[in-house]
Amino acid sequence: MNIVYTGENDSRAFKNVIGETVEALMKEDDKVVWLDADLMSCSGTNKGTGDRYINCGIAEANMIGVAAGLSASGFKPYAHSFGCFASRRVFDQAFLAGGYAGNSITVVGTDPGITAAFNGGTHMPFEDMALYRAIPGSYVFDITDVPMLVDVLRKCKDIQGIKYIRVPRKTSYQIYADGSSFEIGKGQVVRDGKDGVIVACGIMVHEALQAAKALEAEGMDIAVIDPITVKPLDAELIRSYAEKTGLVIVAENHNRVGGLTSAVEDVIIGLPLKFGAVAVEETFGEVGPQDYLRTRFDLTSDHIVRLIHGLK
Amino acid sequence: MTQEQIKELQKFALQIRIATVECIKSRGFGHIGGSLSVVDALAVLYKEVMNIDPKNPLKPDRDKLVSSKGHAGPAIYATLALKGYFPYEKLKTLNQPGTDLPSHCDRQKTPGIDMTTGSLGQGTSTACGLALGDRLMGRDCRTFLFVGDGELDEGQVWEAAMFASAKKLTNLVWLIDWNKKQLDGYTKDILDTGDLQKKFEAFGFDACTVKGNDVAQIYEAVTKKPVDKPIAIILDTVKGAGVKEIEETMSNHSMNVKPEVFDRWLDGLNAEMAAFNA
Repeated sequence: MNIVYTGENDSRAFKNVIGETVEALMKEDDKVVWLDADLMSCSGTNKGTGDRYINCGIAEANMIGVAAGLSASGFKPYAHSFGCFASRRVFDQAFLAGGYAGNSITVVGTDPGITAAFNGGTHMPFEDMALYRAIPGSYVFDITDVPMLVDVLRKCKDIQGIKYIRVPRKTSYQIYADGSSFEIGKGQVVRDGKDGVIVACGIMVHEALQAAKALEAEGMDIAVIDPITVKPLDAELIRSYAEKTGLVIVAENHNRVGGLTSAVEDVIIGLPLKFGAVAVEETFGEVGPQDYLRTRFDLTSDHIVRLIHGLK
Repeated sequence: MTQEQIKELQKFALQIRIATVECIKSRGFGHIGGSLSVVDALAVLYKEVMNIDPKNPLKPDRDKLVSSKGHAGPAIYATLALKGYFPYEKLKTLNQPGTDLPSHCDRQKTPGIDMTTGSLGQGTSTACGLALGDRLMGRDCRTFLFVGDGELDEGQVWEAAMFASAKKLTNLVWLIDWNKKQLDGYTKDILDTGDLQKKFEAFGFDACTVKGNDVAQIYEAVTKKPVDKPIAIILDTVKGAGVKEIEETMSNHSMNVKPEVFDRWLDGLNAEMAAFNA
């Protein structure tokens, strides 16, 4: 894997990348269908034409049911809404008409956690990964950058079962080279280190790398791992770094219950090590600029550094 | 439809009733009321209307049935067994450990079941998806959907109803099992659904109401050629239809009775069958 991280913002908005990638997938495979719940302008798919773009209106539960029926009919459905609605509003449908019934759906939930920003607490899913992790056989992705989004959207097309992709609509910090290919269930060592490891997903990979850089100046050598798939989690990789470094920090834009923190805890339990999490604690979201929310919920590189200072 | 055809359908419906009661008797309890109410519609669909092949249950261009009221499983299993999807004896495995015949329909377990249902309301959307999928694939076939009248309480039903008419799913037929009762009592007392035909018309359906335990009326309604709207047929049924004692039991959603009671019901149904064959 070629890491191209510079700390500079990538000008490409995820939203546009979704629209372009879906259009390409539609051309390559006549079984691809895109369902949306009156948010095509937000998923960048509003310029798509043809009867395989299906706007279901503001009726997310029905959308997931229709997607399940299309799967049973032989199609490869993608269904989008904001992450809050694409998870908790449709959980029974994704669970039963989807997973339990043996149908395959790729659910795309935009604006995870604090990236919901000005839509506020009502629209701020800190529990979406917890919900989707609980569906047997499911896959959960917290998108880190554009190359990962492109590859994950593409790979999900032919994976059986329920796949949940959480991704912001705005821009990101590029980590991986364009054209990168990711393996399901295989984590990426974004930065190597021997004094501790930060396991981070989504927007928190950038924060983790900034924290590692700051700690490097203090003489600490901290690794950063992006699990790529929050589920299935690369237990082997995380355990090996946990054993090697004796210090594990998890960083996620999600409630610490049921998301990456819980997943990592499950695989390191019993190991002699120091552990901490930078995640949303027992609280709901709120409205504001994303930079304000980063600080409000302590999802910052500074907080990661403070946590590591406290544990060391 | 000739008198002979009507008689054949009535006889098939009677066979399904017997098989349904035997199926539920094997476990001692089950969703008997809402199973028996849809038997006549099942008889019409599976004997005269649907393009199906029991030897090839997943034939892509088959007509499909979704029972969004997933608890009608026993009646559907009875129908499928009689059509040869699986051996009749299998009906006696209902809800036994490891069974392929669970209370609620499961497409991954039972040959001939086109969609998994059980969380009420959900089958309305998956049926829309199947119908839309067939249209996008260019298949000439239809999807039939059973919806319970109590199930109409679920909001998802009305999301799906809007979707079906907005997307002009003319290859989709909704059959509303208007048996007037749900688990806790009469639907009019629990959450009155009002005038169902008007509701479905307002939602953009070509709607009609028929005697839902009358095979000739059902046949006429389901064979009507759709124009530019999905079809909704309100089946005016009796919960527990065909077994007087069950019809007259107020709480007949799920019944748990002694084997001799099941036998009494079966004796009655078998006597009717003997009269048919005489």
